[in-house]
Order: sequence, then C-alpha cells, then structure tokens
Amino acid sequence: MAMLSRTAASLYWLGRYVERADFLARLVEATVRLDALSSRPAGDAAWASALAVSYTEDSFAATGEAVGQGSVARFLTCDRSHAGSILWCLDAARNNAKAVRTALTRDAWTAINRAWIVFNAPRGEEGEDILNLVEAIKAEARGFEGAVQRMMKNEATWFVQLGAAIERADNTARLIDVKYHLLLPEGEAVGGAIDRDQWTTILQTVSAVTAYRWLYSEGLKPANVIELLLSRGEVPRSLAACVDETVEMLNMLGKRTGFQGEADRMARARLARMQKTRAHEVIVSGLHEYLNAFIRENAMLDAAIARQFRFI
Amino acid sequence: MRLSVHHETRYRFTEPQARIVQLLRLFPADTSHQTVVNWRIDVDCDARLRDSIDGYGNITRMLYAEGPVETLLLTVSGEALLTEDDGPIKGTDEPFPPELFRRVTSLTRADAVIEGLGQGDDLPAMTALAAAIHARWSLDRRPTPTIRTAIEAAGDERLGPRDMAQIFIAAARARGVPARYVSGYSLSGDDERRTAAPHAWAEAYVAGGWYAFDPAIGGRSGLDHVRVAVALDAAGAAPIAGVRMGAGEEELDVDVRVEGA
Amino acid sequence: MGQAFDEIWGHGGPDHPRTDLAALARWMRGVPPHELKRRLQSAEATFRQLGITFAVYGDSEAAERIIPFDIVPRVFMADEWARLSQGLIQRTQAINAFLDDIYGERRILKAGVLPPDLIFGNAQFRPEIAGIRPPHGVWAHICGIDLVRTGPDEFYVLEDNARTPSGVSYMLENREAMIRLCPELFRNFRVAAVDSYPDRLLETMRSVAPPGAGAHPTCVVLTPGHFNSAYYEHSFLADSMGVELVEPADLLVDDDVVWMQTIAGRVRVDVIYRRIDDDFIDPVVFRPESLLGVPGLISAYRAGNVALVNAPGNGIADDKAIYSYMPEIVRFYAEAEPLLPNVETWRCREPQALKYVLDHLDEVVVKLVDGSGGYGMLVGPTASKQEIEDFRRALIAEPQRYIAQPTLALSTVPTLTEQGLAPRHVDFRPFVLTGAQTVQVVPGGLTRVALKEGSLVVNSSQGGGTKDSFVLMDDAPVQSQTMGGMTQSQGGR
Repeated sequence: MAMLSRTAASLYWLGRYVERADFLARLVEATVRLDALSSRPAGDAAWASALAVSYTEDSFAATGEAVGQGSVARFLTCDRSHAGSILWCLDAARNNAKAVRTALTRDAWTAINRAWIVFNAPRGEEGEDILNLVEAIKAEARGFEGAVQRMMKNEATWFVQLGAAIERADNTARLIDVKYHLLLPEGEAVGGAIDRDQWTTILQTVSAVTAYRWLYSEGLKPANVIELLLSRGEVPRSLAACVDETVEMLNMLGKRTGFQGEADRMARARLARMQKTRAHEVIVSGLHEYLNAFIRENAMLDAAIARQFRFI
Repeated sequence: MRLSVHHETRYRFTEPQARIVQLLRLFPADTSHQTVVNWRIDVDCDARLRDSIDGYGNITRMLYAEGPVETLLLTVSGEALLTEDDGPIKGTDEPFPPELFRRVTSLTRADAVIEGLGQGDDLPAMTALAAAIHARWSLDRRPTPTIRTAIEAAGDERLGPRDMAQIFIAAARARGVPARYVSGYSLSGDDERRTAAPHAWAEAYVAGGWYAFDPAIGGRSGLDHVRVAVALDAAGAAPIAGVRMGAGEEELDVDVRVEGA
Repeated sequence: MGQAFDEIWGHGGPDHPRTDLAALARWMRGVPPHELKRRLQSAEATFRQLGITFAVYGDSEAAERIIPFDIVPRVFMADEWARLSQGLIQRTQAINAFLDDIYGERRILKAGVLPPDLIFGNAQFRPEIAGIRPPHGVWAHICGIDLVRTGPDEFYVLEDNARTPSGVSYMLENREAMIRLCPELFRNFRVAAVDSYPDRLLETMRSVAPPGAGAHPTCVVLTPGHFNSAYYEHSFLADSMGVELVEPADLLVDDDVVWMQTIAGRVRVDVIYRRIDDDFIDPVVFRPESLLGVPGLISAYRAGNVALVNAPGNGIADDKAIYSYMPEIVRFYAEAEPLLPNVETWRCREPQALKYVLDHLDEVVVKLVDGSGGYGMLVGPTASKQEIEDFRRALIAEPQRYIAQPTLALSTVPTLTEQGLAPRHVDFRPFVLTGAQTVQVVPGGLTRVALKEGSLVVNSSQGGGTKDSFVLMDDAPVQSQTMGGMTQSQGGR
C-alpha cells in the first residue's frame, strides 16, 4: 500500500522543520561567538545579519525592539510568534511527528519530544544559557537524524531526508548570500581583505570548520569558502551535497511509487547544472544573482514535490 | 398553467479550486398539483454526476468536478404544468409519517413573538398564520448569505421567503401541527420576474393532508409554485449544498427567471 | 443503600473471599502493598511514554493525562461470562434489528411498541439517511454495552453505546501491562486472551465490505486528527490492524466512490471505521457550515459503494430516552425475554414518573437524556442541597430532557489506595462485534473504577480509573506448570 499523501507531507515538513531548528541553533551559536567571543567583536551588525539570514528582519522590526544580542537571540530561539524561531519550528515539527506517530520509530519521536520539552522549560536570559540551549537542540537534532537513519529504509525515511535536503539547500544559499554581501566592503573586489572571524562564523554555522581544514591547506580564503559551500559534495551542507541528496531521495521514492514526475526532472536538471558549476566562475559572473536564482529554483522544486506527491 | 423556469448559479473563484463537490436538490417531481414537462441541469465544466433520492424522498444529484476550476455555471431550465386543485398535495414520495415534521430543529424554535402569531391548528388557522406573517414583516427577496434561525429572523424587520417559511414552520410546530420547509420556484407575485434566489415556502399537515402555504404572499400557495424539495428546515432542503477544495474567495451570482408560458 | 457486593471478597470481607476466588484473594494478601504500588507506577510510566493519554474537556491541549490504572484485576468466572455473553449478543442483535427496522419498514411503530414521537421527535433519528440499507444490513458493528453489577448473579445494562464506543485500547494495553507486571497471575489462572481483538475487528470490517469490493477490501480507520482526545486509540487500532489511519482530508469522493489520496495516486476505499460523529462526516448532508468531513461520503454510502463502521444514524438506538424501552425492543425482535435487564428507569417526560423523581431526588440518579461523560448528572445520595435544588428547577423546566434511576449499590473490586487495598465501585464495558455472518463478544472489556471512596462516578473525566478484566476459561485454577526436564539438572553434586 502506498503511503498516504498527508503522511508524506508531514514527514517532509518534519524533516524541514528539524533542519531549520538545527540551522537556527547553529546560526545563533556562531553569532554569539562572533559578537562576544571573537578577538574583534562584531557587535549588533552580526545580529542584524542573523535576522537577514533567517528571513526574520520584518517580523523582528514589528516587535519594536532594538537589534542586539539579547533581543535577537531571544527572538530567534524562544519567540513563538513567528515561523523563524527554534521554538516555532519545534512546535511544528512535533505536531507533524505526532500526526505520523505510526510511521516513526520511538527513537525518532523521542528526540523531537525531548527537544520540545527542553525548549519549553523555563529559563533565564543569560548568553551562556542560550549557548547551552542551542547545544541541546543540536544534540537532539543529531539524535533525530541518527534515529531516522536507523529507521527502516522506506518512504518514511526518504521523505524526512528529502525535506531536510530542500531546507538545508535554502539555508546554506541564504547564509552565503547574506554574509557575502555583508563582508564585501564597498568598492572592494571579492577576494580582497577579509575578516577572518566572519568567515569562521559562516563555516561554524554549517559545521564545516574541520572540513575546510581538511580540504584547504592555505588558510581562510573567501574563494575557497565559497567553493566549499557551493560545489564540494563531500561537505554535507554544501549546495552540491543538498542537490545530490534531493535527486537520490526522489529516485528512491520513484522506485517505490513506480513513477517519476516534474519534481524528478527538475531535481535532475539542477544536479546536471551543479556538476558543471565552478565556484570561481560564479564569483566572477555574480554570486548574488546565482544564489538568488538557486533559492527561487529550490522553492519551485519544493512546490513541484508537493504537487507530485499530492501534499494538498 | 404552464410555468417556465430558468435558474443560473454562477461561481467565480479568486483562485482555481482543486475539487468541487455539490449536492443539488434542483429536480422537481410530479405531484397531484404539478407535472414536470421537461427539466434539465447543465454544468459548464467536466463533472461527474450521480442521481439519487435522499431520505426525504427528494430527487438529488451529486456533482463532482475536478479542478482546476475557476468558474462554474449551473443552469436549471425547465417547464412544469400546474393544475388547479384546492385539495391537499398528493402523489408525493412520503418516506415519513407527518409526525416527523413536528420535530423542532435548532432552526425552527419558536419564541413569544412567533407563538403570538395566532392560534388554531386547522386549515383556516394555517392560512391565517401565513397572512399574519405576511402582514407583520416586509418581504425582501435579496438573499441572505447564511440561514438564520426563525427566532433570529423574527427579530428583524425585513425577511426573505426562507425566513418567513421557517417562522411559519416554527409557529405551526409550536401548535403541534406538522409543518415542513419547501424549496422551489414561483412567479414572484408582482412585476419583478427575476430574483436572486429560488423561492421557499411551507407545507402544513392539516385536515388529513399536506397543504402548501406561502407567507411571502400571505396565504395558500397557488398555481404558480413549482415544488422541488422538502425537509425539516431550510438547511435540509437547500437547493445547492457544496464544498470546494481550494484557497481564495468565491463570488456567487444567482439569477432566477420564472415566467408563465 | 446497603453494603455493596464485592466481586472478589463477596460480602465477607478480605478474610472470607468468594470461594471461587480464594486463590486470587491469597495472591492479593501475598503481594505487599508497596510491591503492588511499585508495579502500578511502572505501568503508569509505560502508559505515559506510549502516550496513552486523553484530553480532559475544557482543559487546554497541554493537559494530556493518563487514565489511572489499578493493578488488581476484576474477574469473571467462565459460567458468569457465558451467561453475560448470551445476554450481550441478544441485546446487540436487537439493536441491529431495531436500527434496520426503524430506518426501513418501522414495524415496531406499527406494532405500537414505541410511541412514534419518541423516534420522530428525537434528533438522533436522522431523516437524511433514511432509506439507506448498509452493506449486509449491519448497523452497529461495534457495540459497547455498559454493565453494572449488584450481586453474584445480578447484572444490569446501564447504557448502550452503538455510535463510536471507545476504550478498547485500554482493554488491550491494560492486559499487556498485567502480563508484564503480574506474570504469576497468568500462570495460576487460565485467563482468556483479548489480543485477538484487532484481528477480529478487521475480520468484522472485511465481512461487511460492499459486494463490489472484491476479495481484498481496503479498510481504513478515520480519525478527526491528532488533536482528538481519543487519537491514541485511533492510531493504536489502525496500527494493530495494519490499516491506514486517515483524516477527512485524505479521503475524497468522486462519482460516488471513496478514494484515499496516496503518493502513488488514488486508492479505492471499501470500509471505513469512522471515529467521527455523524454531524461531521459529510458537510454537504450534515452541518453545511462544518469544514470537517468528507463531502459526498453519504452519497457514496447511499449508492452502496462503501461500508461505514458504525453506520450513521445509530444514535437512535443508544439514546437515553430509547434506553428505557430496550426491554420491549429486545422482546419485539428476539421474541424472547431479555437475558440482561435494564436498570429501572423513570422517564421524566411522564408526569407520574416526574412526580416520583422530584419526591425522591436525594435517593435517585438523574441523567440528561443527551448527556455523556458523567456531565449533567445528579447522584442524589451524595449531592449537596444546592445541587439537588438546581436539578429540581431544571427538571421542572424541561422534564423531557431527563431520566432518573435508583442509586444502585454498584459492586466493588478491591483497589490499591493509599491505605492499602480497599473496595471501590466499578462498572464494565464489554465489546460486541457484529459482522456479516457472526456476532461475537471479546472475552474481556474495560472495567472502570471510581477511585474516590464511596463514589459511583467512574468516568475518566471525573477521576475514574481502569482495571484489567479477566475472563477465566474454566472454574478451576490451573496447576502451575512444573519445570521438569527444562532446567539444568542439579543432581550429582
């Protein structure tokens, strides 16, 4: 019996929301470090860019609060009123998980439920507390990912992973786009003087500090960072890896349902293009345009997936 | 008398709808008072249609339209011959005894105003009830979007035929007289031949038979009424009950023309 | 109200249990209360982890509670059960015959057994579905008949549940817990298994598939969604039957056929175990303002293309106003005396009865005809003066909305309390399955227990708990099995 479309939709969105919560946790953590712990504190600008990365500038502006560590960190973690906070994502993830309890293993459900319980516990507003909190979310997200990987290899796993891949592609692209702009001093060509701490922040946000060291021996260079995040398939949060994972998951689903559709065609075309993409050429021809097109295409692919599997 | 009916219902959606499912109660049946000469319903999009009879004995048609649907036009056109007959309506499909129609539903509760419309449980009393409603409230044929209860309607000044029919039913049942809601078509009774909704009136069970009363004209309904569906109240006899699956708003345009042929 | 009959201790107290149950009473004496308590806490922890919770009406969604569980089982002897089963089957068959008749020929009204206005004036009689005959003529596929007991051989039907009776997941989960926590009981007593319930339910559903469904009908469980208080039970049943758990949005009706939407396209659905009230199953027929439900479902049902388990319209059979006529209904269709009696009931719509009830408000139990869950209920002997006066006014204003019954000395079963084992009042809901060919009673059920001392209200929403219900397979406790030949020999040393 083929899986219910609603179940598939819930699993897909479960994957997306857990991934988003995890990304937000890492974004907040890296920003705390950049703002407070680095040798040259970046100050409120770092928090403003965190808002931009998470598409929450407008909703934050609506709160009337001033941009700063306390206000933005709280906004991105514990503010239930908007879809760009960890708490909102966990609520949504848990609701989806609850609706498909029978499709998940107990491990996978408990990871979500634990993260939700951790985040709903009362707490203070200290910066250290925020770091502990995001650390806990990261741990539960890893636990969830592990539990999903241990699940039977079937549609349930593939839809969660498909959702995660689509979400991750958007997050990484948005992160590069915002940070890249911020870091590019006016009138200065990309690849010029850079702030080492800023680039480290980006790598931290996608958990790629170690990967960078493995792949590049020459120290932090923006062109390398961009290449790593765009086209190095070995790095799980690179665009190349997300694009590849998307095709793979759609392939598995296609084998199970016995047909392929619009989403498969779009994902495969994207993969073929990605395999030909050279980071330095993209930088020369316009990284911002490239990333914007990527984000748009990713959203179209998301819609195509919803149509193909009748998410309603 | 020969009556011709042309009833168009047009939906426009601000966004395409994935599916539309409608239950149509738009087919009249032959009775001692009416003979349906020809009658058809046309739909302007691909749709599957299934005909049946509902619990009250009304002829129903299910309409299943697959999207994307941006507009939908339902056209009812037909002719019926009406017979001059002063007696009760006979020859109808009656799955229930009249007792059922004593049941007070949430839409047909009575209050002091409704109970104060008179007394009596015989044919003249029911005719007087229709006249009392006609005298007390003024008729406004512009349709209201939702069905109000008889009590809600009674608190208003201007009522539609649907409100008046439900007040009639509430009052009759409060006196222990079985009464039911009728949806159908009629000549408006004045020069205005076009209306934006089908008509509604009531039947009461008196003197051993079902008689039709139209409070909108203040008395027995006569030669110019084509009876389509009956039920306990307006909700049960709605000419079109539908659900659409899709986002956006809907715009509804109804045009009913009834002419003596 | 005299001393209540205790189902294990009889009338003699802990030291003089009923002879058949002496072994169980010994077990109760043998396991110290702190050990029982430890086991009970372990069971409750499991229930919480599994999420066997219910939402209390009026509480926020966060208030998910588990229903308290008690570790001392209630026990039916084999012969008691055999007699009960006959009565339950007779009653269920009468309910089905009544529904088939009342929505069809209405012979029972023509025979003058029931006052017609009791049916036609009752909102539970649904004109919308009249004229439909469900596939194989089965209406109440799953019946929960609530019983109370007042003595060794005195059982009464308190209420019939022919719509969507819940609680079967407790029967199954409580048994699982008991097997884990008190394995010695199952070695010492031959307890009939209940774990075949999901298979029997699926078999029942398949048997009533419409004729066109073929050899492998597709069955589903329809839930309002995961915010519903009984969602756990819905997912549990779907899971243990191995069928899809669907929400209204997963189903669509096209051309009078029901389909479910899957990632590989539409799959035709033949049998729906629906756990959604009549009012919300099809918005084009009932409740047009409701956005829930499956538009067109009643039309597909009328066309004979789908079986609905249980059938819409069943409320007319388990309505409290109808209840008082059940003995007459059973007599009419079974052409025999009812094996299970009703509790004596005063219909307050009748002036004589109303007068009696008003004169004895401090002795009787008054219930709303359309109430459930223990709400809108007066228990005279334990009510305050104010409550009694409130009910007096309500009764005088709208007598037809109430019935009253004598306050029964409900039987008790020893229950673990802070002060050790003590008798607490219980009721019982067995489940009767009716398929195309068979009517069967699952040997077990849901025992609800009023945890407050002296309380007669067992509803979970009012502080009630549950117990496992053992049905013994014969009167003699089995000998415990020897381990001869199964263990390493200890000889030779």
